[in-house]
Amino acid sequence: MKDQLDNLARSAAAGRLSRREFLGRAAALGITVTAANGLLVSAGHAQTPKRGGHLKLGLEGGSGTDSLDPAKYLSQVLFCVGRNWGDTLIESHPETGEASPALAESWSASDDAKVWTFQIRNNVEFHDGKKLTVEDCVATLKRHSDEKSESGALGVLKSISDVKADGGNLVVSLSEGNADLPLLLSDYHLIVQPNGGYDDPTATIGTGPYKMTGWEAGVRATFERNENDWRDDRGFVDSIEIIVINDATARVAALSSGQVHFINRVDPKTVDLLKRGPINILNTSGRGHYVFIMHCNTAPFDNNDLRLALKYAMDREAMVSTILRGYGKVGNDFPINETYALFPEGIEQRSYDPDKAKFHFKKSGHDGSVLLRTSDVAFPGAVDAAQLYQQSASKAGIEIEIRREPGDGYWSNVWNVQPFSTSYWGGRPTQDQMYTTAYYSKADWNDTRFLRPDFDKLLLEARAELDEQKRKDMYREMATMVRDEGGVILPMFNDFVNASTKAVQGYVNDIGNDMSNGYVATRVWLES
Amino acid sequence: MAKDQREASTLDASGGTALLEDAGSGTPQDLPPVSPVRASGGRFGAVAGFHSNHPLAALILQRIALSVGLLFAVSLLIFLGVEALPGDFAQTYLGQSATPQAVANIRADLGLDRPAPTRYVEWLGGVLQGDFGNSWASGQSVTSQIAGRLGNTLFLAFFAAVISVPLAVGLGMLAVLYRDKAPDRLINIFSLAAVSLPEFFVGYLLILFFGVQLGWVSYPSTVFSGMPFADRLQAVALPVATLVLVVLAHMMRMTRAAILNVMSSAYIETAELKGLNAFRIIARHAAPNVLAPIITVVALNLAYLVVGVVVVEVVFVYPGMGQYMVDAVTVRDMPVVQACGLIFATVYIVLNMIADILGILANPRLRHPR
Repeated sequence: MKDQLDNLARSAAAGRLSRREFLGRAAALGITVTAANGLLVSAGHAQTPKRGGHLKLGLEGGSGTDSLDPAKYLSQVLFCVGRNWGDTLIESHPETGEASPALAESWSASDDAKVWTFQIRNNVEFHDGKKLTVEDCVATLKRHSDEKSESGALGVLKSISDVKADGGNLVVSLSEGNADLPLLLSDYHLIVQPNGGYDDPTATIGTGPYKMTGWEAGVRATFERNENDWRDDRGFVDSIEIIVINDATARVAALSSGQVHFINRVDPKTVDLLKRGPINILNTSGRGHYVFIMHCNTAPFDNNDLRLALKYAMDREAMVSTILRGYGKVGNDFPINETYALFPEGIEQRSYDPDKAKFHFKKSGHDGSVLLRTSDVAFPGAVDAAQLYQQSASKAGIEIEIRREPGDGYWSNVWNVQPFSTSYWGGRPTQDQMYTTAYYSKADWNDTRFLRPDFDKLLLEARAELDEQKRKDMYREMATMVRDEGGVILPMFNDFVNASTKAVQGYVNDIGNDMSNGYVATRVWLES
Repeated sequence: MAKDQREASTLDASGGTALLEDAGSGTPQDLPPVSPVRASGGRFGAVAGFHSNHPLAALILQRIALSVGLLFAVSLLIFLGVEALPGDFAQTYLGQSATPQAVANIRADLGLDRPAPTRYVEWLGGVLQGDFGNSWASGQSVTSQIAGRLGNTLFLAFFAAVISVPLAVGLGMLAVLYRDKAPDRLINIFSLAAVSLPEFFVGYLLILFFGVQLGWVSYPSTVFSGMPFADRLQAVALPVATLVLVVLAHMMRMTRAAILNVMSSAYIETAELKGLNAFRIIARHAAPNVLAPIITVVALNLAYLVVGVVVVEVVFVYPGMGQYMVDAVTVRDMPVVQACGLIFATVYIVLNMIADILGILANPRLRHPR
């Protein structure tokens, strides 16, 4: 147990575990909070950031067609590139997921959450030496939200009706109240550029901790430290090199041979092999989740007892240990986990219960088997997961028939078309966004046909509610509705699994997104 | 995938050879006493005269005309193929963050909302004036973006060819020299084993031993503009080795079979009776007479080295044309897909044409028509 504790303390000190997580796990080993805190402090002493060195990242998710215009950023490589050279107005807090200051140092909202005022820092310079002005911020938001916008962030900004400068402040008016606006502005597309990027959107002139020195789309990006950065807790290494490695085996080989310091998207199947070498596995809880979806308005799934029976027949622990090899967390049949701000705690965890499944199945009056459609493109291991589910359900007397569909066309012919299928959801920045995308009755992607006027009403009310406690209560009510009456069986949330050499220190387990929310290169340092 | 491509190209090879044989059988003694074309005189007579007096020039002209038509057909096929894929550029490029308005804005910006024939004709008009347009995704000019990638591909193909062609031909001759003896068997087993393993597997094996365990060469093989030449050479060492192993067997076995074919000819027996040593017979007397088929198979493998190596590029993280084209297809970036497709088609056509011309030059009967 001593070894386990030491490991935990070192992970916590290196930032791979949040303080809260460390204390929780230490408590599980029978250590008091005071003793655990002491351990944390002693391990932390060795952890002062070192400056210098050349950091190499081997990343999946780059393409020869990538554009440097932040409005068009799509995959992992550009996500990380943008975080290096640019800043957003707001960031999300790595541990709590709440909005925290970046280029905007503070903000306030009108009572109906329709008009927001942001104070912009006045000591920030762009890489070309020009001072950051409120007008640059106004232009940035306009470029991403105006009627000609081709931005990937247009969806989160569509309720913006007006953006203007007011003295040193940025004022954003919305057509409908939205208490989440600050968090939405942390979207990685919304990098503040001189004149909003209207002049040259691909210039990569920003306020970030690194300046871009080289770029070949789909091949490589290089950076050097911005010595004029406005903060001192970012940018420890002298220079960064991002190499695009889309092949999973190639990434592992590059890391094992020491040619790169860090790789993303490690396949859980190969994690154990990697662990044999001098490698740190960096896994962070994510918001992405693997789902089995039923259409609530289509027979036989229009019967809530049948839906409940199928939910109780799911062995979640087995799913996490088999399909995710332990790199994930069990789900509770609603699409939110503790990585979201305002997560509703205290909802009872649903677990595998063949008796309850049998009871509800009988009550539903359904006779015969249930047809589940799946394909390996739904999520990695989806066909295996379906078979595992078939086994656990058969113990409850429910027969599940599996139909394996072709991967090509799965997303257009099966998902959101057939009444019972497997699927995957990536996370969204806020609970509101997640529910609005997939559970609002008018949403195109309401893939469980969850049509509930009372849920819709609650969703819209919660969106404009500024009182956090009231809002949290509303989100609890919504989560309970989806969990107990919805059409989603959500057995697991998958972790983001990255890996680094031992030289990489200071990795922050940011719950916001993969790769320390894209900030990995700006947050870590290299020990020799 | 690449294997299939090469199977298919073998078919091309026989087509090419057939054409050659046609040219060969077109020597005067096989023609009917009075050729109807020649008899008709006038303009056609002049063409036919040119044809028989300058068979080489005629062949080249004919091929160039054919190539233009072929390239046109290729571009049309690519266009139809990309159109048939589900989702257009605006949808695939925005992915999960697509909003109807952003999709509509991109479509309007690129003119994707106009009918397909209009777009194709416009694109074709640009190309005929030498303008390949801009990449839809990155907004950069296609020509400048492809230049770097094409350079990388040719760099890799060049070194793979410089090593594999002499090696294959040499080993082929050696195998004939020691036919059915131990060296022949060894060469056969080795080359067959190399060609039977999928190229990505050969690649991973080489990476495991020389990259990860021994650490002799750098990996990944990423090259970039401004990289010193020596580093570049080191970076391509493993991909070159993989490609050599993959193309070696095909060329070697063709060389061996072609030479063995003539080894029972009367003039070889004469040479043997004269007491020439075996290697001299093979190198000086047998090989020159079977140059045409060897050249054809070499040309096909060279073409493969340029257009068919996308798997090797992915495994070694080498930024070549193949990966670039796959990236472009993934987001339906039509101008880039078209340009890549046309370049690949041109490489195939030109290499095959060169093979045919060299085949004629290597055959005195075709070189000096009576």
